[in-house]
Amino acid sequence: MRYAMAIDTKKCVGCSDCVVACQTENDVPVGFCRDWVVEVVDGTYPQLELEHRSERCNHCENAPCVRCCPTGASYVDDGGIVQVKKNKCIGCGACVTSCPYDARFVHPKGYVDKCTFCHHRIQKGQQPACVSVCPTKCMYFGDLDDPRSEVSMILKKRKYKTLIPEAGTKPHLYFLI
Amino acid sequence: MAKNRRDFIKISALSAAGVIFGGSYLRAVSSDKSLKNGKPLYEVPEKLLRTPTYCEVCFWKCAGWVYKTEKGAIKKIIGNDIDPACNGRLCPRGTGGVGMYNDEDRLKTPLIRTEERGKQTFREATWDEAFDYIASKLKKIKKEHGAECTALFTHGSGGKYFGKLLKAFGSYNIAAPSYAQCRGPREVGFIATFGDGLNSPEPMDMRDAKCLVLIGSHLGENMHNGQVQEMSDAIDKGASIITVDPRLSTVAAKSKYWLPIKPATDLALLLAWMHVIIYEGWYDKEYIEKYAVGFEELKEHVKPFTPEWAYGITTLKPDLIRKSAKEMANAAPSVILHPGRHVTWYGDDTQRERAIAILNALLGSWGRRGGFYRPEKAKLAKLKLPAFPKPARTWREAMGGKFELADLALANGVCDATIPSPRMDCHIKAWIVNGTNLIKTLPERQKTIEAIQSLDLLVVVDTMPMEITGWADVVLPECTYLERYDDIRVSQGREPTIALRMPAVAPKYNTKSAWWMASQLAKRLELDAWFPYETQEEELDYLLKKMGTSLEEMQRIGVKRWERAYDDIYFAPNEEVEFNTNSGKIELYSTALEEAGFDPMPKYTAHEEPAEGFYRLIYGRAPMHTFSRTANNPNLVDLMDENNVWINPKVAKEWGLKTGQYIWLENQDGIVSEFPIKVRVTERIRWDSVYMVHGFGHSNKKLSRAHGRGASDSELITRVHVDPIMGGTGMRGNFVTFRTENKKKA
Repeated sequence: MRYAMAIDTKKCVGCSDCVVACQTENDVPVGFCRDWVVEVVDGTYPQLELEHRSERCNHCENAPCVRCCPTGASYVDDGGIVQVKKNKCIGCGACVTSCPYDARFVHPKGYVDKCTFCHHRIQKGQQPACVSVCPTKCMYFGDLDDPRSEVSMILKKRKYKTLIPEAGTKPHLYFLI
Repeated sequence: MAKNRRDFIKISALSAAGVIFGGSYLRAVSSDKSLKNGKPLYEVPEKLLRTPTYCEVCFWKCAGWVYKTEKGAIKKIIGNDIDPACNGRLCPRGTGGVGMYNDEDRLKTPLIRTEERGKQTFREATWDEAFDYIASKLKKIKKEHGAECTALFTHGSGGKYFGKLLKAFGSYNIAAPSYAQCRGPREVGFIATFGDGLNSPEPMDMRDAKCLVLIGSHLGENMHNGQVQEMSDAIDKGASIITVDPRLSTVAAKSKYWLPIKPATDLALLLAWMHVIIYEGWYDKEYIEKYAVGFEELKEHVKPFTPEWAYGITTLKPDLIRKSAKEMANAAPSVILHPGRHVTWYGDDTQRERAIAILNALLGSWGRRGGFYRPEKAKLAKLKLPAFPKPARTWREAMGGKFELADLALANGVCDATIPSPRMDCHIKAWIVNGTNLIKTLPERQKTIEAIQSLDLLVVVDTMPMEITGWADVVLPECTYLERYDDIRVSQGREPTIALRMPAVAPKYNTKSAWWMASQLAKRLELDAWFPYETQEEELDYLLKKMGTSLEEMQRIGVKRWERAYDDIYFAPNEEVEFNTNSGKIELYSTALEEAGFDPMPKYTAHEEPAEGFYRLIYGRAPMHTFSRTANNPNLVDLMDENNVWINPKVAKEWGLKTGQYIWLENQDGIVSEFPIKVRVTERIRWDSVYMVHGFGHSNKKLSRAHGRGASDSELITRVHVDPIMGGTGMRGNFVTFRTENKKKA
C-alpha cells in the first residue's frame, strides 16, 4: 500500500479551505499549518500563466526527515505515511531543516508536527479533511498500488509533476497540470 | 511564452518556524499516553455530537453540521451532504466560522452612548435599560414625525425579525445594501428582458454548461460555494471559460480566452459580440422567432458596432472578439453569460446587464439545459398575524419620482431620505442597523455620516464592534449563528429545499438572538400581536409542521429536499412560454425602459479616465473573507491578515515601488487612506489600474486583529455614478495615486 495525493492545479482556486479544514480537524493551533497554498505567476501582461496549488508533506519514499532524525521519532508508517511519534520527539528541528518542502514545524507543545494524511480518518475509510472539504474537488487521495483508486486513475489520465524532483526524495504528492 | 517575470506567493505560510523549548514540552511528553503495546495509538477524537446549522459568514447560507465535544466545545463545522448549496463542502469561511464564536473582541453586553456620536464611548447597560431607551425614543418619533420615519438596514438572517417589527410599527423602509450597492442593476436588467430577475442563488445550470462567460466576475475569489463547485464540475466535463477582466483573476488563468479589457469599456465589447453573433447568423433563430420581440430593431441598432469599432475602445483585438463569440455560439444553448453579482460599477450598469441578458437570449440559453433553469423554492409557511398598518409615506417620496424601476429599497435612497432637505416634509429619524457595517458598505462616507448625525436614534445590532457601532446610540449584542435559532432557510434552486439553524451551544457573554430582541421590543411598543410565540422553538415548530416536517425532524436532518412540483426545469420543446414583460415575450427592445424614458436598447457611453499619475481603483474579494465582516476572525485572519495593492511592474518601476513596501493611496478628491497598504508588484494587473481586496483597513480599535491592517477601498470611493434607471451606486469611477509618506501622520 502506498498512499498518495494528486492535486489538480487546473481546478484549484487557492481558497485555502484545505488549510482551515486541517486546522480544525487536527487541532492545529492558529498561527501554524500543516498544509498551505502557493500561487505562482509567470509571464508578462497579458501573456500570463498562473498556478495555485495546495501543498503539504510529500510523504516521500526517500524521506530526509526520517533519515536525519536522531531519536527515531520520525518514521514511515503503513502505507508510506511519514509520521512523528510525539513522545519520542525532542523538538530538535533537524527534520524541519532537512525537509526540502518546508512541511514541518515545531508545535508550541514542543514536538514536531506535520501532515499525517489524516491517518485517523483514513483508518475509518474517510478521506483526509482537506480532500473532503475542497469546494473545487481538486484533490484526489488513495493507494497507488490499487489501480482502481481515484488517485491511480487520475494519474493515468492526466499529465502531472512533482515538486523539487531533483532532491531525489520520491515524493507522493502529484500536481496535475 | 516569455518568462521574464515571476512572482511567487505562499498564500498561507507556516508563520512560526522557530524551535520552542520549555515547560510545555516536558508536559507534552509526560502526559502523552499514545503508546500501547509498542504501537502508537492515533489521536482518536473524543466522541463528538452534532447539531445542524446554516452558515452566516456570507449570504450563500450553506447548511452544515457543528461538531462539539460532550462538554460543549465546538471542534469543527462540516457541510451537510444533502444541501445543494454546498454538497457537504463548506468554503474556508464556513469552515472557519467557529472563529466568529471564539473571537474575544465580540460585543458582550448591551451598550448605551455616553458621548457624541462617532466615538466609541459607551456605558454597559442591562437589556431592560436598552429596550426602554429604544422604545421611548421610537414612541416619541412616532408621535412627533410618524412611524414611517424609521428605517432598517439589514444584511443577515436576524434582520427578518427587525423587519417584521418595523412593519408592525408602521414603516416599510427596509433596505439591504446588497441591492443598490451590489446586485440591483442585474435584477432590473434581466427583468426588463425576461420578465424575471435572478435572485439568489442564481438559477444557472453551470454544471452542464459547455461555455461560461465571466464579465468582471471573479468566481473562485468570490467563494459563492455551489457556483464554484459547479464551475469546477464544468471544467471536469471540458467546458470552456471566457473571462473579461483587466486583471488576471484566478479564473481568468483557467480560461480558454482571457480578454484583458480596458476597464469601463465592457459595453462596447458586449455590443460587438451582439454584432458578430447576429451578422454571422450564429444566434438561435428558432428561439428568437418563437420567444423574442425587437430582433429587427436590435439588428439595426448594433450594425455599426463591429469588432473593429470595439477594438479602438476596449483594446481587445477584433480576432479575439470574433473567436470568443464563436466559442459561445458553438456551445449554445448550453452557454452562460454570467450576470455577475456586485455589478454597480459605472452608473450605466442596468444597461450593461441588459446587454448580458440580450446575449443570453440571442444564444437561447434562458430556460435551457446548461443555461438558466427555472428555479423552485419551498413555500415558507406563514404565521397568522394581523395585517401590517400601511405607512403614509416611504423613502421613495424623497426620490422625487426617480428610480421607479428599482424593485427593492435603495440603501442609499433611505440614507438620502434621512438627510433633511426642503424638498421633503418627512425625513427619517431612526435607523436600526443589523449585521451591515454601513460606514464601509455605502460609498460616499461623508453622506452616510451626515445622515447619521441628523438621526434621533441609531440602534446597531451586531456580533462584532464595527465602525458603525461607534455611531450608535444603543448597541445590541447579537449572539453568533452558532448560538441561536433563525428563520427557516428557503433558498431557490433546482428543487425546493429548506434548512434549519439551531444553537450548537448557549450564547457566550450577555448576547441574545435577533428574534428575542425583536420580541422584547415588540412588547414595549405594544406590538405583541405580531410576535405571538413565547419561544422561537414553538414558532419554528408551528411553521415546520405546516410545511410537512417538524422541529424535531429538522434537528435530526438539518436539510430537507422535496421533488419539484412540475417537471419544468427547462423549456420543453415547442413550449409556449409567457414571459412577465409588457409584450409577454423576451424583450430585446425593452418597452418598459422606453416607457420610463430610458434607452430601449443598450448604448455605449465613454466613462471618465484616470488623470496623469492616477490609476483606476478596482476592488474585489478574497476567498477567505466576506466583506469587512471577517477581518477579525482569528481563523481567517490566519489565512489573510491584510490586503495589498496590486501594481503593474511598469508602474511600480516608474514610481520606484517595491513589493512589501507600505504606501498610502490618495484619490482624485484628495482623500488619503487612513492606513498604509502593502504593495504587491504583479503582472496580474493592467498598467492603468490598481486592485485591492475589499473589507480591510478597520478603524475601530476594538478589533484587535483587524484595526489598522491594510486600507479600505470604500473610504476612497467618494465619487459615485448613480444608475438613472434603478438608483444603483456605481463605484468604479474612482482613481488613486501613491503617497510614500503621509504628511498628516508625520
